[in-house]
Amino acid sequence: MAEINIKQVAKRFGKTDALHSIDLTVEDQEFVVLLGASGCGKTTLLRIVAGLETASSGEVHIGGRRVDHLPPKDRGIAMVFQNYAVFPHLTVYENIAFGLRMAKLDEKEIDNRVNRTASLMHIDALLKRYSGQLSGGQRQRVAVARALATEPEVILMDEPLSNLDALLRMEMRAELKGILAQSKTTTIYVTHDQVEAMSMADRIAIMEAGKIIQADTPVEIYRNPAAHFVGSFIGNPPMNFLPAKKMDSSTWQVAGASYHGPASDKSEIQFAIRPEDLIVDANGPLQATVKLVEPLGSHLLASCNVENTLFRVALDSDAQVKAGDTLSLQPMSDRVRWFDTETKLALQ
Amino acid sequence: MSTAPNMVVGQSKAARWSFNIAVILLCLWVLVPIYLLISNALSAPADVNGFPKKLLPSVNTESVEFFIGFYGVTKALWSSVQVAFLTMVMAVLIGAPAGYALSRFDFRGKSLFRIMILMTRAFPLPLLALPMAIMFIKVGLDDTVFGLAIVHTTLALPFAVLITYSLFSGIPIELEEAAWTLGCNRLQAFIKVIFPLVLPGITASAIFAFVTSWNEVFAAAVLTIENRTLPAFLLQSLDDAPLHLKFAGGAVLVLPALLFLFFVRKYLFSMWGIANR
Repeated sequence: MAEINIKQVAKRFGKTDALHSIDLTVEDQEFVVLLGASGCGKTTLLRIVAGLETASSGEVHIGGRRVDHLPPKDRGIAMVFQNYAVFPHLTVYENIAFGLRMAKLDEKEIDNRVNRTASLMHIDALLKRYSGQLSGGQRQRVAVARALATEPEVILMDEPLSNLDALLRMEMRAELKGILAQSKTTTIYVTHDQVEAMSMADRIAIMEAGKIIQADTPVEIYRNPAAHFVGSFIGNPPMNFLPAKKMDSSTWQVAGASYHGPASDKSEIQFAIRPEDLIVDANGPLQATVKLVEPLGSHLLASCNVENTLFRVALDSDAQVKAGDTLSLQPMSDRVRWFDTETKLALQ
Repeated sequence: MSTAPNMVVGQSKAARWSFNIAVILLCLWVLVPIYLLISNALSAPADVNGFPKKLLPSVNTESVEFFIGFYGVTKALWSSVQVAFLTMVMAVLIGAPAGYALSRFDFRGKSLFRIMILMTRAFPLPLLALPMAIMFIKVGLDDTVFGLAIVHTTLALPFAVLITYSLFSGIPIELEEAAWTLGCNRLQAFIKVIFPLVLPGITASAIFAFVTSWNEVFAAAVLTIENRTLPAFLLQSLDDAPLHLKFAGGAVLVLPALLFLFFVRKYLFSMWGIANR
């Protein structure tokens, strides 16, 4: 059992706040992805959990034990680094055995575990090689095998796939997910790649400027962003936003049409809809002027202009649309979301 | 010897020629004096002043034998070895941790400290030698192997610090961090991961310290009387000696340093092209 509890962890570098009082609980065997743009503090948070960085304040508990004063080796964690950090002076075998030798396991057990993890990661044939003789993808596998071999309760991964090429990344993504689920470890995984986050995570914690904005399942985050930032960060293309003016208590005017929305005392809020949640309908209330059409195979992406705001629509790939056309669109009513213009938070 | 580095494909003929000529000139620069030194040291005393020279001298060890048998030479040689060895050990033991600290930790005044290290070399040794001699006499370090080794260590230390600093900086911090997460404390990670990777470079900086001490003559001449190192001894006793003895002395002085460098040359190469990926 290794639940991770992060309680009010803050980190200051000199005068800048890298992390503002972070609270996060990762359940036993859960796979949580920290997602955010570079500089949002996600790696700092991971390193604080690992013990490679000390928090300015707050507590970290792993498996019910407070660990923030312990060195990395006493936390029951293993880590995979972005640049792999495979020891160049040791063979693949010795790299994987490194943590086991530190744990003073007997030679037979070490041999068993090295062979088992090596075959799990499909690197049995490389055991005698040195890191200089491996490709990036192979080094990545060695780094993961080295972490798994110690059978840690918690695995921490810092952008482990970002140095691989796109095809390999997709392959490793699925493989890693399967292996980590089997190994029954609790995982925190840092990435800036939302596809990686969506496809691998049980839960995604979205970070911005040293804060966790939303921590939820991938679908929930995609469908119900808790803040404007989440909607504009998740999804490719991101959510469309339009200003909504108050008509009466819960009726809002958006681009010349009125919608039933949340009750709010603000005079203006934001209307939001995903590009694929719009239906082309001659009686639709939204008039969009097409500026640019991008055929993407699975669908056709039209970048339009609605009241001088960029508004993207995902259309069927057979749709006969060209620049200059005007589309009448019907937003799917259960997919419309509303955000406060000032707090940027979602409104119910 | 290692082969010349691979030229960039497509370089012009002129560039290749000037590269070759530069290599030949540099080789001659080093090899001709060594050749003259050794051939004269091995010539019969009468041939040293003779002209024309034979390309390959008839081997005559008379001068060298006389030199080796000369009173005080073996003692000076032994002193030299002791001082150089002590200098090497102290320079590495003090320099490498300083280099590690400079590369891995942030502390106040770090860049100033780095400049100060180099500044110590800006003080001319003659300026320091006299006050130092007086101080050494006061504390009883004068004319001792250890006292001289301390002086030589201060000469060798700046380079030891800067070389090891760049060595440690060339090793990604993640390697150390990975070792920490795999069960090492800071010292274990250093011994198991960092040390094997910097060993070639450490060896190179150790040799550098050794040779610095081996070649140093000024402080050695001022601070020692009985326990002279070889250079200081030669400076004193060969001044009035006949030419063939000077050559023999020179050869004896150069040869150990040359041999030492020859045996560790591969570490020197790896010092300039650290390959740890």
